[in-house]
Amino acid sequence: MRSERGALIAWAFLAPALIYVLAIVAWPLVQTVILSFTDASLRKTMNWVGWVNYDKIFNATFATVIARTFVWTFFSVLLKMILGTIGAVLLNAAVPGRHLFRILIMPPWIVPMAIGIFMWGWMYNGQFGMISGLLQRFGIVDGPVAWLAYGNTAFWATIITDVWIGTPLVTIYFLAAIQAIPKDLYEAAWTDGAGRWYRFRRITLPLMVPAIITMSMLSLIATFNSFDIIWILTQGGPNGATTTMIIDTYQVAIGSRKYGEGAARAVVICIFLSLFSLAYFRVTRRLHPEGAK
Amino acid sequence: MSATDDKATDFAPDVTAAAEQAHDPKPRPKGRTDATPLIDRYSWYELVAIYAGIALFLFFLLAPFIEGFLVSLKPLSQLFSSPYRFIPENASFAAYVTMWQSVPGFARYIFNSIFISTVATVIVLLVVVPAAYAFSRFTFRGAGLVLGGFLAVNMFSGAVLIIPLFRLMRSLGILNTYAAMIVPGVAFLIPSAIWLLRTYMIRIPKELHEAAYMDGAGYLYTLRRVILPIAMPGIVVVAITTFIGAYAQQFIFALTFNNKSEFMPLPVGLFAFFGKQEVIWNELMAASFVGIAPAMIVIIFLQRYLVGGLTAGAVKQ
Repeated sequence: MRSERGALIAWAFLAPALIYVLAIVAWPLVQTVILSFTDASLRKTMNWVGWVNYDKIFNATFATVIARTFVWTFFSVLLKMILGTIGAVLLNAAVPGRHLFRILIMPPWIVPMAIGIFMWGWMYNGQFGMISGLLQRFGIVDGPVAWLAYGNTAFWATIITDVWIGTPLVTIYFLAAIQAIPKDLYEAAWTDGAGRWYRFRRITLPLMVPAIITMSMLSLIATFNSFDIIWILTQGGPNGATTTMIIDTYQVAIGSRKYGEGAARAVVICIFLSLFSLAYFRVTRRLHPEGAK
Repeated sequence: MSATDDKATDFAPDVTAAAEQAHDPKPRPKGRTDATPLIDRYSWYELVAIYAGIALFLFFLLAPFIEGFLVSLKPLSQLFSSPYRFIPENASFAAYVTMWQSVPGFARYIFNSIFISTVATVIVLLVVVPAAYAFSRFTFRGAGLVLGGFLAVNMFSGAVLIIPLFRLMRSLGILNTYAAMIVPGVAFLIPSAIWLLRTYMIRIPKELHEAAYMDGAGYLYTLRRVILPIAMPGIVVVAITTFIGAYAQQFIFALTFNNKSEFMPLPVGLFAFFGKQEVIWNELMAASFVGIAPAMIVIIFLQRYLVGGLTAGAVKQ
């Protein structure tokens, strides 16, 4: 029923949710931008300082943080896509037990993140942790390796934990994409004598591309925002080796109580996120022209 | 998807669809009587490769839980000894008993976690049900824009907005209360819930609205008496995914906006122990498993309701 009255009633029904999100998400977003031009701190008053905060943050250290964030995000997303594809193909195989396997991949995604991360924290322990322990057992490393104590290993350790948490969802999404591929295609190829690998390369993979693109964009945004994993495992250390933009912003804003400077960093993050989102919307519109269901 | 908090709810529609498919394998073409079609038959080495692959994949995803569980069974002395042993000797559930003393306030953390998630879920449902109704029932100018706007919320995590949110909580005077963890959490749960419930409500035949309208029922009455009962399975699905999302997101807001241990939810409460040097790991792991239990119980229900809810939702078709 398209009418003035109908529209008014629709907005009335919409109002609570809309006002809530405007107050808790949209307004803070605007405020972040405003704060980034001030010297806000714990003090009650604050002054307008113009571009000072931005001048301050644009230096070599911040550039390193940005670069590190992109590298971290890139490898995390890449690994999630690869593992998700492999997992989806494996779980799609018509073998006994597949229903059980599909349920068994869920826990990393469903269990409260922090608790899964605690367990990784223990596994990375050098002296008594499982990874170091098993690698020593098999003679791959000589002595205990405290994975979170060195910059290089901590960087990869946090990526692997992020991949671990993200993979189930990607797998399920890809599995749905594979199952949406018409069965006749496979049957036709099969009748023509195409082998399994050929069918995967020529049917499954090409038809999965839209799902892979959509998922990698979504995953990119989520991974870029990743906070809990790094904060619990390393808090950005050792020596800043795992300090991504989000962690950096949190340390400056909440750790040092420099709200103005922190806000400027948050604005930079928001700009990147907006670009990603824009790209996402454009790509999904092209992939699914009929619009979201 | 608000990045870090997203994990449980954001992609819910796709996931539920996947779950549906997972449980409802495509009917085999008629006339084919054998159980497995020829195309799905594997040679023995293919089977070996597939199972080996699945085993590796599952090992990666489940290793932390296996290790965590084994650790919870190991006596502390064995835990801190080298060389490393995977399988515990003298395994016992002692840690599950002693943890209640060693992790003070543990029961309280679990209560807090469940309490925060429950209140958040109730608030989300209260605002989301009418909103989803509006999107599914009315066509009005700006609907697409607002719907897209809700989706955009998912792009920003709580971490990005932490500064103004902190100031907002402070000026509302709710720092160090339950509200400081619930209020911001709810905002990031609303968008996915609206999208999920809207998809569901759209499937309710328009004729039902019109019939009620013809009988002189107001919109509110129609929503309450006609739509709500039909949409109930869908609402249950949204409630469950929201609850899981609320349970999962309890870290950054709780870490930043609350420092009273009596209000801490489980993840932050346990984190306080995690950071210390003399961590009693077997008890911490035991505590983690007990802490996971409520979420796991919900998931066992989820399996059934998600599928039931989605199939029942196909009123039309």
